[in-house]
Amino acid sequence: MSAASAAPRPARPRRRRRLDASLIVGIALVAVIVIGAVLLATIGRNFFSAGNIRDILTGMSVLGFVAIGQTLVILCASLDLSVPYVVSLSSLIAADIMAGNPANIPMAVLVVLVVAALIGLANGLIVSKLKVNGFIATLGTGLIIKGYLDTNYQGTSGSVPWDFQLIGATGVGPIPVSTLLMLFVALLAALFLARTRTGHRIYAVGGDEQVARLSGIRTARPVIVAHVLCSISAALAGLLLASRLGVGSPTVGTQGGYDLLSIAAVVLGGTLLMGGRGSIWGTIGGVAIFAVVDNVMSVLQVNPFLKDVVRGVVIVAAVAVYTSRQVDRRRPRFGPRGSVSQATDAPGGSDSTGTGRPGETSSDREEVRA
Amino acid sequence: MRRRFTVASAMVGALALIALAGCTTDPNVSAPSEEAAETEEAVEWFDQELFDKQDAERDVVPEGPEGQPWLQTINAELVDTAQYASQGAKKACFANASISNPWRQTGWITMNEQLKVLQEAGAISEMETRDAQDSDDTQIADIDYFINEGNCDVFIISPNSTAAMTPAVERACDTGKPVIVFDRGVETDCPVTFIHPIGGFAWGIDTAEFLIDELEEGDKVVALRILPGVDVLEQRWAAAEKLFDEAGIEAVDYFTGADPAEIKKIISDELAKGDVQGVWMDAGDGAVAAIEAFEDAGADYPVMTGEDEMSFLRKWKETGLTGLAPVYSNFQWRTPLLAAQMIFAGQQVPKEWVLPQSPITAEEVDQYLALNEGMPDGHYAKFGGEDLPGYPQVWEDRIIP
Amino acid sequence: MTATTTTPTQPGFGERLAAFGRILISPRGAVFLLLAILLVAITVLNPSFAEPDQLVRFIQRVAPIAIVAIGQYFVIVGGEFDLSMGSVVTAQVVIAGNLIGQDASLALPVTALMLAFGALVGLVNGLVVSFLRVPSFIVTLGMMLALLGGVLYWTGGAATGNPADEFRELGRGGIRDLPVIGILPWAVVILAVVLALAIWFSKRPFGRTIIALGDNPVTAAYSGTRTWWVKTSTFILSSLSATVAGILLVGYAGVHPSVGRGYEFTAITAVVLGGVVLGGGRGWVVAAVAGAFALEALFTLLNFAGVPSTYRDAVQGVIIILAVAYAATTFRARRKGRALEASPAGPEQAPEPGPDEAKETVADPASARPAHIPSTQRDDNDTKGGS
Repeated sequence: MSAASAAPRPARPRRRRRLDASLIVGIALVAVIVIGAVLLATIGRNFFSAGNIRDILTGMSVLGFVAIGQTLVILCASLDLSVPYVVSLSSLIAADIMAGNPANIPMAVLVVLVVAALIGLANGLIVSKLKVNGFIATLGTGLIIKGYLDTNYQGTSGSVPWDFQLIGATGVGPIPVSTLLMLFVALLAALFLARTRTGHRIYAVGGDEQVARLSGIRTARPVIVAHVLCSISAALAGLLLASRLGVGSPTVGTQGGYDLLSIAAVVLGGTLLMGGRGSIWGTIGGVAIFAVVDNVMSVLQVNPFLKDVVRGVVIVAAVAVYTSRQVDRRRPRFGPRGSVSQATDAPGGSDSTGTGRPGETSSDREEVRA
Repeated sequence: MRRRFTVASAMVGALALIALAGCTTDPNVSAPSEEAAETEEAVEWFDQELFDKQDAERDVVPEGPEGQPWLQTINAELVDTAQYASQGAKKACFANASISNPWRQTGWITMNEQLKVLQEAGAISEMETRDAQDSDDTQIADIDYFINEGNCDVFIISPNSTAAMTPAVERACDTGKPVIVFDRGVETDCPVTFIHPIGGFAWGIDTAEFLIDELEEGDKVVALRILPGVDVLEQRWAAAEKLFDEAGIEAVDYFTGADPAEIKKIISDELAKGDVQGVWMDAGDGAVAAIEAFEDAGADYPVMTGEDEMSFLRKWKETGLTGLAPVYSNFQWRTPLLAAQMIFAGQQVPKEWVLPQSPITAEEVDQYLALNEGMPDGHYAKFGGEDLPGYPQVWEDRIIP
Repeated sequence: MTATTTTPTQPGFGERLAAFGRILISPRGAVFLLLAILLVAITVLNPSFAEPDQLVRFIQRVAPIAIVAIGQYFVIVGGEFDLSMGSVVTAQVVIAGNLIGQDASLALPVTALMLAFGALVGLVNGLVVSFLRVPSFIVTLGMMLALLGGVLYWTGGAATGNPADEFRELGRGGIRDLPVIGILPWAVVILAVVLALAIWFSKRPFGRTIIALGDNPVTAAYSGTRTWWVKTSTFILSSLSATVAGILLVGYAGVHPSVGRGYEFTAITAVVLGGVVLGGGRGWVVAAVAGAFALEALFTLLNFAGVPSTYRDAVQGVIIILAVAYAATTFRARRKGRALEASPAGPEQAPEPGPDEAKETVADPASARPAHIPSTQRDDNDTKGGS
């Protein structure tokens, strides 16, 4: 009972701020698009041509799926570094089971989702029950999956039937079906966060596990659910890749660097790395910024090594713009830094987990406390 | 909050309506031809047929202009290209897998110098390049972008992986423009020509036969491999492993990620376990670290196969060990643009353009070292760009466009 | 291991043994236990490993990763991450290769340049984290991408070649013709010096401030800490340690753009294996180094055991999770236990003689495996959260 009333409360004062966060991401995205369009115009290309829009949206879909799940996990102050391997494994399982036969598609999708859910469950249990930091736990499970992939697959495998390949290859006008699916999943995830009790609890646990627990929330459950959903959304990314490639590939996940890129996209979208605050739509904005930057650099034929330099600078600069605004607006309460950061004790009373960045995590916690 | 979702739902609903109204399959996408659907379980890399083919090709004397191996062919089966013949300078679109290793970087430099020559000759107007940075998904998007937006006259594709790139290459073929594939292949014969050196099995046969000749039965060979799951690399090892097995040579393989520190640790551990008589590598960068591990452990130099990378050739010469430098012909990076020129001139090109691939032996080391003096360690001796305009400065400074 | 280190019969031997056993199974001792088990396992598989010269070679090999772990330790205990270390290592390796070349006389100036460059990278990381309030994960991720991309762009992907042998001597050579061990690699000496400095540093007020900052930044700020400077200095320390590791790796392995790849994750794993808590405030630098040794011993064990190369990652993953889960759960159990019984059991005894004994262990940093650790007497840790 108390849980139900405690959890939504922090959501209310948060609302305005979250809109701000999304707004900043939106402004950043528009700025990037304007700059990109101007740059492309200088070499005689049209940024808004159908083919280019399509290229950008295609670039968004796979990372988008992964980042949606990553957002959920980061909201509860965990991380998932195993996503690239889940992506690869899903593409392989899907392609192997489909084996070129359209009748196998439902079966393949089901098996992929179940396997991914089990991996996510393992991640969630290790993080919440064994108290292993999410960083290490998912690094470990990622390595285990990698070992399995390297041992059992020596290259691309399986075959995806044509019907399934259509998902990755068709579009509505310039908008690929895969992007629409991704946006649909984003909508589901956003509804899940906003409308369900578990969704509220993800925020609560991420904001302050101790307080959440004292408010009567079983803190393990939201963490486990978030991890399961994260693995499932990574599996959706794997299915999409299988559909685009026509085969399963043991390296397709690592090729995309989805672990670090998805985390960067989530933070770029205004979600706090220490958990408790953020939104799915911000993440989608972050993914879009990456896709636009990549697209513009590719069209301009930037040296691939310099592309990485630009990406690194963009990530830091964009987040810096975002965080510095946050700090400016909130310097109330205590001390010169306008914050009180409370060392929190993990359920066992053992561990300080959420020390984190001053000035950001804290005010949420106070609201929860208030 | 609520309003947000109303708006979002409305948007999704609207999109769904659009979808219902105008759901169009992209015109470039069509159902695949039958032969493309044969990709089944490719877990075992050893392929006896391909092995025999490449084994035989090693002994064929290549045809073509003397001293220009990048234009030579082995067992060529020429196809007519009159349908593509046309005047004027053409725009080439190059979907590159990556330039993430020294071999590809060297080739990429060579290709750009070749481009300059063809631009002067008025055959190619410009080359637009998209680099997929080792990602299949990105490369598929790159090819689709070229199809939609590139205004390309010819597609040149260096696939990041074989099976995954097949559908995208087929889409490129469907445009009716000539498609040239090089380095790794694809599982369709729609490209006008597929350019590659003999292949991974030939590499494996060359190296394994050399080691087997130099070693005795029961000797131990450490195989240093870069990555699992890459076909050109896996084929090298598949052939070598089979031959070692047949000859009674004990071979253990490791994945190193081409990291010399990793290589050195592996060799040190192997030397701590017992004597190692031979070292086999599926790519030469990092060879120096392997040799140094023997030096540091005070062990005798092994019999060793590396690659035609300068660092290995130099260390080989310096230590005087018994070695062989197999070659995965880097000069193949010149061929695609030259092939494009031939295609637009209506000249016949081989359907499968097999380039010569012969290892550098102990007798030839001095010659190649002299030819490439001043080149950086990551340079490849058989890069074949000696007659291009930027030689040698561009390769010495390693200017990546 | 356990038996040999505790054999000297002294008054209260049984008691001491029991206490020592408790320490070993305690979370902070767990890494030493793990290391001991791994080393014994390696020795069983390959008896020659226990010979002094082989052991010294092993330490030489671990030195770069241990030094990187020391740098990462300071960042993590201060509550942050440094993902840019691997790229710093790569950048320094390439700088050494390209700028020194075959001219040994350039070795000193270039080394100075490398250290300055390392410090600059750390300074940038630290300042952006402190003043722009960007999470360190993101700052150092951006730095990792930008630095590696920049170095590859500068060199066209491959460095010109290895630097002069005189410079590489640091990572490759050593003091020769010694009795027993034969050769004492410079890398081992450097590791010992760095470790000694790190221990000394973490005992200094400034070092303790780092832990305080990681534990509770607000309290630290109120007690007069210049937070930004403490934070920035941890990043400078970590980049400098990556620079030292780079210098050693140039010698050990040579120049290649893949040298240093993945070091950031290896270092974080090592530090966490050493019982250091991600998020800051807890940990012991010696345990972090032991974590690095344990990780490397694990790889060596897998090599010796002939585990198929494709399984190694999986084994590594399992062991990392188990080790950290073990530490986390026993830690929790112990805490719970102590909260119930008012009188603290074994681990609590250690803090009393704490500082002196700690210094004893400190005084012997060169010993290969700091297996004989009286305790984990981070009094600053144990005082916290106990009530």
